[in-house]
Amino acid sequence: MRFMSKYDHVGATLAIARASLRSILRSPSSVVFTLAFPLIFILVFGFIGGGGVKVDVGVAPGTDTVNPIYKALEQTAIIKLHKGLDTQSLNKNLSKGSLDAVLKIKSNGYIKSGDGKAHLTGGNAPYTVDVNYTTSSAKGDIFKSIITNIKNEVNIKFMQEVLSSRSGTNADDAVRAATNFQMAEVRESTITGRAYKTIDFILPGQLGFSLLSTGVFGTAFVFLSLRITLVIKRFFATPVKRASIVLGEALARICFSLIGALFIIIIGHFAFGFTLVHGVVTVINMLILSVIGLIVFMGFGFTVSGIAKNESSVPPIANIITLPQFLLSGTFFSIDNFPAWLQPLSRILPLTYLNDAMRKVAFEGAGLGDVTHQLLILLIWGVVIYTIAVKTFKWE
Amino acid sequence: MEKQPIISVKNLVKNYGDFAAVRDISFEVYEGEIFGLLGPNGAGKTTTLEIIETLRDKTSGEIVVDGFSVDTDAERIKQRIGVQLQAAGYYPNLNLSELIDLFSGLYGIKKKPLEMLEMVALTDKAKAKYKQLSGGQKQRFSIATTLINNPRIIFLDEPTTGLDPQARRNLWDLIIKIRDSGTTVVITTHYMDEAEVLCDRVAFVDGGKIVGIDTPDNFIDKLVASGFERRKEVKAATLEDVFIDLTGKEWRG
Repeated sequence: MRFMSKYDHVGATLAIARASLRSILRSPSSVVFTLAFPLIFILVFGFIGGGGVKVDVGVAPGTDTVNPIYKALEQTAIIKLHKGLDTQSLNKNLSKGSLDAVLKIKSNGYIKSGDGKAHLTGGNAPYTVDVNYTTSSAKGDIFKSIITNIKNEVNIKFMQEVLSSRSGTNADDAVRAATNFQMAEVRESTITGRAYKTIDFILPGQLGFSLLSTGVFGTAFVFLSLRITLVIKRFFATPVKRASIVLGEALARICFSLIGALFIIIIGHFAFGFTLVHGVVTVINMLILSVIGLIVFMGFGFTVSGIAKNESSVPPIANIITLPQFLLSGTFFSIDNFPAWLQPLSRILPLTYLNDAMRKVAFEGAGLGDVTHQLLILLIWGVVIYTIAVKTFKWE
Repeated sequence: MEKQPIISVKNLVKNYGDFAAVRDISFEVYEGEIFGLLGPNGAGKTTTLEIIETLRDKTSGEIVVDGFSVDTDAERIKQRIGVQLQAAGYYPNLNLSELIDLFSGLYGIKKKPLEMLEMVALTDKAKAKYKQLSGGQKQRFSIATTLINNPRIIFLDEPTTGLDPQARRNLWDLIIKIRDSGTTVVITTHYMDEAEVLCDRVAFVDGGKIVGIDTPDNFIDKLVASGFERRKEVKAATLEDVFIDLTGKEWRG
């Protein structure tokens, strides 16, 4: 008997997903919120931002300028070296904050013998680097991390040369040690020395906010209107399960958001030079983060659809959820710039952690394993919000 | 012809808190007939239908649909019935073909959208959205969605409310065609002329109870036999006949 054939739940779920995706793509508001809105912000900030951070460093008189550390600094794009200032004006500018740091490099007598191999002349390191920072500028920290990385690189190179010049029983160990250093060096050098552009900050924030609005507004509107117009009731007259309806809708929204995210990332990358440290891998990591964020935000959407009595009460409730995150979750400005009393609030919101994880993945080249703290907080939000959603959600 | 019950409702009760919407209703619907549930608003018609359709829980009673109990086999019942809800909408932003595809997926069967639309004369509207249809077209489309799973029974809740006389008669033809193809039809309506033309049997529901169940002819004969007289002299035609005569039988929209 044909009725006895097993009902196809996967097929039903996909049928809903397909219908929902079609519907979303034809709905002007979802396209505007997910694509146009973030793109406009990216355009605006992409054009006015441009330059990025610059660190001004004064070079003290008598600095050795032919050493590898100095050369590396010269090649670092975000550092501007100011030469030819005397000690007095260096100190004045440093205390005013117009210089972020003052640098002095002294050679301790590092020589290469005729065969190009390195030797140390005394017990000291080959160079001494003195840096003076100032409390007038916050950019000293940037310089500190750059100089530390350069110092490590130079030390490693030097170490290799020393090791490679050795011979005898420990040669294998020396090679192994040198190889290890080499690997460490490669990893370090990819993480530092890159210009942090405005787009690198703005794009993850916009992507996060786009996910938030799609998740909250989209989900809330769709389930409320399906409920009010009895579409869901008509669905219930077919053998479809409730889980298929929720899953199908979620699937469609995830697909749509992934298309949107990819679109935003591609435009950001090719038009505004958005940094993708590991290329495609970084993009995939960002998309995985997008899905995780969206699932959490959809929980808010389910809750709103349950609380709202009609379509006109969706926006106020949804705005209560999205607006604070729009302003306080580091979408436009780093939350470090907020007054101290506001920061704890920022550090509660889920979008803060999605934005944070996105920026780490995109700019710092972090893997998902490096953002477990952020993911954990998103997970906690997910558990909390879905617990509430299950209680408030209405089918009829 | 031996009449086989395809739906049997025994002692159905539905309470909403203190309010008794359905009080101890029992009736049977025979296979292959058009069965009408008639009665004033709030009589419990829609509630009764929705309980049979497995959309609503009952307080007590026993309901068997095509051999399956609503208590234990709701999913099997859903697979063999078609349901048209009063004032139900359809998934937004989709055209009629896509909506048929969606319902095919929900029933887990393959149906060609154009084949379904052809049954209700809507092939030229395949790319139109539900919202853009006229009242009669909307109802015809709703009926098409009830037929997707080749149901044994379809339920139509006030399908002709708000339609013009042409669209109404046009829908009657469709419903009779569906009955003649072997599908049992359960219908509610507020138009007695419609029930008289369409229904093989009708049940009158009032205050959550069935107050009479018979063929329309028998009901009328009994009433006449009891000495009932119309206030107005009966003429050989009605004003609706005049309407159709003056404006034509063709479908509008």
